[in-house]
Amino acid sequence: MGAEFVQFSLPPILIGTLAAIACALPGNFLILRRQALIGDAISHVVLPGIVVAFLVTGTVAALPMLVGAGGAALVAVVLIEVIRRLGRIEPGAAMGVTFTTLFAAGVLLLERSDTSSVHLDVEHALMGNLESLVWLDATGWASLADPAALAGLPPELPRIAAACAVVVALTALFWRWLRISTFDEGFARGLGLPVGAIGLGLVATAALAAVAAFDAVGSIIVIAMFICPPAAARLMTDRLEVQVAWSVAFATLSAVAGYVLAGYGPLWLGHPHAVSAAGMIAVVSGAILALACLFGPRRTRSGAATGSG
Amino acid sequence: MDTLISALLLQAGYNAALVGIGAALLGVASGAAGTFLVLRKRALVSDAVAHATLPGVGLAFVAMVALGGDGRALAGLLAGSALSAWVGLLAVEWMTRRTRLPEDAAIGAVLSVFFGLGIVILTLIQTMSAGRQAGLEDFLLGATAGMLFSDAAMIAVGGAVAVALVWALRRPMTLVAFDAEYAAATGTDVRRVDLAMMALVMGVTVIGLKLVGLVLIVALLIIPPVTARFWTERSGRMVWGAAALGGASGYLGAAISASAPALPTGPIIVLVAAALFALSLLFAPARGVLAAMLRQRRFQARVHRRQGLLALARSEPILEPYTIRVLVAEGLLRRDGVATEAGRAEAARIARDEKRWEVAREIHRDAALTGRYDGLTPIDAVFTADEIAEFDRRLGPPMPVGGMA
Repeated sequence: MGAEFVQFSLPPILIGTLAAIACALPGNFLILRRQALIGDAISHVVLPGIVVAFLVTGTVAALPMLVGAGGAALVAVVLIEVIRRLGRIEPGAAMGVTFTTLFAAGVLLLERSDTSSVHLDVEHALMGNLESLVWLDATGWASLADPAALAGLPPELPRIAAACAVVVALTALFWRWLRISTFDEGFARGLGLPVGAIGLGLVATAALAAVAAFDAVGSIIVIAMFICPPAAARLMTDRLEVQVAWSVAFATLSAVAGYVLAGYGPLWLGHPHAVSAAGMIAVVSGAILALACLFGPRRTRSGAATGSG
Repeated sequence: MDTLISALLLQAGYNAALVGIGAALLGVASGAAGTFLVLRKRALVSDAVAHATLPGVGLAFVAMVALGGDGRALAGLLAGSALSAWVGLLAVEWMTRRTRLPEDAAIGAVLSVFFGLGIVILTLIQTMSAGRQAGLEDFLLGATAGMLFSDAAMIAVGGAVAVALVWALRRPMTLVAFDAEYAAATGTDVRRVDLAMMALVMGVTVIGLKLVGLVLIVALLIIPPVTARFWTERSGRMVWGAAALGGASGYLGAAISASAPALPTGPIIVLVAAALFALSLLFAPARGVLAAMLRQRRFQARVHRRQGLLALARSEPILEPYTIRVLVAEGLLRRDGVATEAGRAEAARIARDEKRWEVAREIHRDAALTGRYDGLTPIDAVFTADEIAEFDRRLGPPMPVGGMA
């Protein structure tokens, strides 16, 4: 059990958890700023980004993919803003126009280019392939201290760990700015804070988390983790610090429980095959959110009656 | 090019003709239904609805196989997708009404969780013996190869029903879209109208699944209405404009996709719609970017012309190069900065207008009239000839302009 667990389950669980946390942290602020669907838009436009990167470089190496996806996210954010301002269109519709168009362009490019030699397809982009990130060099828990074995870790693990560390560091560093500008933009502006730059930085951080997580786990988890854990946490407390802590806990729980349920759940039910871990992680996060909606101590608007708001 | 023309004339084969007609009808229905969604500022709810169809497709397949039938029967799959989309929609409604989460968070949560659940069910199906060739992945991006006549007929009937419903519900939906509180106060059940609108959106999504897939159907619901909005200020025209744009995108997109290999139908339709959007954004007559720029230029030229002429009337030199260019282009000024005969006449006229306004603002306390003084509007556009004659009487006899005797 021990050796097998370290080989086949530990890396995916770690990667899933780190990806979930990296997405949930900026998600807290996106939800409070009513920009939750930016995550949705970003994770759709990652596809054209990686396809263009592939067409330019001819490889599926990690760095060009990350640059391409990040560039696409940036293009999408700028386009949404341009369309919203120039066309005087409400943000939701501007977002819908932008990300569907870019996604369609990505699918078309993918169909037109010869990607039969490499593993690059829409389904993989959507679902990820968490299960395949195994650590065959491990022989047991002792391998965690063995440099030779550690070198065989799936490269996604150090990458997502670095991205997660950057997101945590940025959140901690700009905590006060983020909090003030999220809750009272006018006050933040009055204090002389660069409100526009903070907003853009938040979106850029979200894009970083989305792109890094996407590389490892596919875009469903990315959208689910941007929204579900922070939304559930929002229903637990009125304090931002506590909310962020809850969201990290929920994200971790979703990733671990989702992976275990996907891998072993069908076995317990007498079904021989595992199901998609990415999908299951999203489902578990949804279940947590549903429970928070039903029983969270701060689930209603303060002072709101039970009518339509 | 020949293949494109033959595809446009429905001569590119039976399947291509079916797809073309189906796509056009789908575009008409989604454009019309999407208009109210966009006007109600709830465009992205359709994204949640579309993604929420996936678990229903999977469950319907499992159920049909379990009952011993063919799991791929389109009608059954669509019924399943409609059911789970409805559940997803109610979940969005419920979360927004009963918790303090904003609607966008509810949309994102439903969309990702239902989609995740759908993926779980699809991976389960892939391990079933009947599920190997289920092809349910086609519902992600649509697949038009091998479309059956019955599929096209289903899209046609569904599209016609959707358009008829839009027609029947256009008044309450317009009312709710523009002023929900007024609608509620006059006795319209806003929640019911919203649900009806969402049911329409769901219907269009479901019939579009086979053709463009669940990721891109959102585009057909949002892009044509937003495009139509550039061309009109009236909601009725917007509905039919969006329907026409959607239909054209569908038809043209299907024809282009049939004209060459490796041009997937769904993405091409979306890109055609997006191209129409981009053209409208730039070139629409009233709300387009180009029109706004021209308006701005004209306004700028009028200000410079007037200020330049006033300077001439006061015999002041004009230093601003743009002002000189405007006046020279009209033949009011020579290149060396000396006014022409016409320029002196026009300067006198403008100076008189300015003087009349001064008097008018002194004697008229009516802000509704004198408030229209903006330094550009000629006074005879606001006051009657009699009133202007009265201003002139107070001004006294004319004086020579620009120091010329």
